[in-house]
Amino acid sequence: MSFWHFLQLNWSELLVLIEQHIKLVLIAIVTAVAIGVPTGILLTRHRALRGPVLGVANIMQTIPSLALFGFLIPLPFIGGIGARTALVALVLYSLLPIIRNTITGIMGVEPSVREAAVAMGMTDGQVLRQVELPLAMGVIVTGVRVATVIAVGVTTIAAAVGAGGLGVYIFRGLRQYDNNLLLAGALSAALLALAADFLLGLVERRFSLAATPRKRSRSTLWRVVFVAVAVVLVIECGLVLWRSATNNSAPANRVTIGSKDFTESILLAEIVAEMLEARGVAVERRFELGGNLPHDALTSGTLDLYPEYTGTAYTAILRHQPITDPRAVYAQVKQEYAAKFNVDVSPSLGFENTFAILVRGADARQFNLKTISEAAPYAGKWRAGFGQDFMSREDGYPGFSKAYGLKFTEVREMDLSLTYIALSSRQVDLIAGNSTEGRIATMDLFQLVDDRHYFPPYEAVYLVRQDALARVPALREVLDKLANAISTDDMRRLNYEVDGNRRDPKEVIKEWLGGRK
Amino acid sequence: MNDAAANHQLVQFHNVSYSLPNLTTPILSDLNLSVARGETLVLLGESGCGKTTTLKLVNRLLVPTGGEVVVEGKSTSDWDPIALRRRIGYVIQEGGLFPHFTIGRNVGLVPSLLGWEPERIDSRVRELLELVGLEPRIYTDRYPRELSGGQRQRAGVARALAADPPLLLLDEPFGALDPLTRASLQREFGDLARRLGKTAILVTHDVREALLLGARIGLMHRGQLLLVETPDQFLNSDNPQARAYLDTLTLIANAGEKR
Repeated sequence: MSFWHFLQLNWSELLVLIEQHIKLVLIAIVTAVAIGVPTGILLTRHRALRGPVLGVANIMQTIPSLALFGFLIPLPFIGGIGARTALVALVLYSLLPIIRNTITGIMGVEPSVREAAVAMGMTDGQVLRQVELPLAMGVIVTGVRVATVIAVGVTTIAAAVGAGGLGVYIFRGLRQYDNNLLLAGALSAALLALAADFLLGLVERRFSLAATPRKRSRSTLWRVVFVAVAVVLVIECGLVLWRSATNNSAPANRVTIGSKDFTESILLAEIVAEMLEARGVAVERRFELGGNLPHDALTSGTLDLYPEYTGTAYTAILRHQPITDPRAVYAQVKQEYAAKFNVDVSPSLGFENTFAILVRGADARQFNLKTISEAAPYAGKWRAGFGQDFMSREDGYPGFSKAYGLKFTEVREMDLSLTYIALSSRQVDLIAGNSTEGRIATMDLFQLVDDRHYFPPYEAVYLVRQDALARVPALREVLDKLANAISTDDMRRLNYEVDGNRRDPKEVIKEWLGGRK
Repeated sequence: MNDAAANHQLVQFHNVSYSLPNLTTPILSDLNLSVARGETLVLLGESGCGKTTTLKLVNRLLVPTGGEVVVEGKSTSDWDPIALRRRIGYVIQEGGLFPHFTIGRNVGLVPSLLGWEPERIDSRVRELLELVGLEPRIYTDRYPRELSGGQRQRAGVARALAADPPLLLLDEPFGALDPLTRASLQREFGDLARRLGKTAILVTHDVREALLLGARIGLMHRGQLLLVETPDQFLNSDNPQARAYLDTLTLIANAGEKR
């Protein structure tokens, strides 16, 4: 599909994402200005506070955004999943340049001018409003400009906590190996950043070239800024009202479903969502959450349910040493989740998504490889590519390479979804993918057999809060119905429909469910 | 001191000293000085001698660490600083104009702080610009950067006079100007001060300016006031510091004769 054709098909969704993106950035920047400028002014009056406050703002900016989102999710009021968390993070990131430039701008006002103002009999407030702020405005706007451009970038990551925006296309594009999605997301974000930079550049020039522009044009400028802010606020208020009006269905019949940020998790979450909706339950979808966010959200009550794998729960969350007996793992996970988190584990869905050690089909045929042990001698000449998840977890690379005595010439850590592309394009020679990945067949990749049974079982299950089960009886019914209902082949096919044929997950699940509902 | 004398003296320094906590030598020590109503007093001295500090003690930009400064019969520490400053015109080098205000707004600043009606401010601004020789039609709406140094200085004087304060403080007002502009502005200012009957304290390191404008000259050196004399007394003074200043004049005169 050409990019142009893609745009024609998806322009309405793209526009919605752009609008979400702009709204997130605008609200964050307006808030950051409302907090940052007064803070900056305060710090010019109280020197002693300057070091500590700027230090904290500095540290904020060095925290990687995904980590910051992770800290925020379990917090009450400001945390959770969605736009609110993203906004808190965006505001925290935007504060430093705004505070710093407010201080620099005000301190940069010529001492003789400030002294003249005081000597004329201006009060501190008059000096600030009539002299310091107008003269510092150019520098302050520069700070806002820097903060805005950064915010446009960081907002793409906000998609990981379900805040929407152009990051949705970028993450989806990475996952589905779809350049059109990537391009549409990244290009739009880049254009937004350029546009914001350009517009604020105009504002900045106005303030710094002519220390005071003609009176009339300044009030026009302020009017434009004011109207823009007002429009956003009105839209926000409208949305909040609309949501509260439409959400009046009692929470008793309402379930929030989450998913991890890969296709299979989204599909599994969508299956439950569809089936619940068919039974008249209101479903809120908080899909595509990155890292351990779904777990944090589930235990803090923001989510009621999300799909998980027993092995992941056993090793990554409960932090046990990997074991190989599927039934023991399931029993242990079920018991500990109930005791620790008040979370129930559904019956297995009928398939496993274990780590699949993959090589190119051509290499497998050339060297006649079937198992990982047979491939071990070649590792010395191979480069490996692993996702961040595999590199860091207990049952991932550290244990795996020890179990098979593997020593690669190079190990690269990259996005999981990119490892498939890296393998087929000969950037790396071995990767750890997912056994249900649809692209294994279409890209001619070969899965080596785990002949030493190193990887623990990864049975797909749903994790669901016990209070949600008690509140919504339909949940139990749906989960029972899904026990052993999905085979590995089913899952590969569903994955391929989305990743390979680029179809909408919702549509794919509707079709697959057909009469099963 | 009786009331009549206090009323006659607009500004008085009683044993005033000023020092900073991190400096061992005081910036000012034991300064006694009176400025009579309508008088122009010039404080003469090299940079760092404490003359600008002396000026800032009058409008309470600084507060003395010892002794007291009395303005209109009241110690500056008893004055509301805002009210005090609005009764004192202040002119600094290059005028200290606000770069983001028009000349009109700069000149009308103190009246607008005092809450005058806009029409009254406008007519006052016009009157003052004419007084300092800036055609109001041309200059009211210009910004300071569009004016020459001399014009900015004129506007600075106009701003200081705006609310008709009884006292003017001038801190090297003509220091940054070329010699010709300086000479003509000095002459005009002398006329203006006499005509308006303003009390003024002017700080300079230019002995010619001191002799030209001062009714009395206070000579300062290393934080101390060495003497206060009329220009005639000063010309015949045998104080070595005063002689050093006067020698610079002789040098110039001699250079003229040799030619």
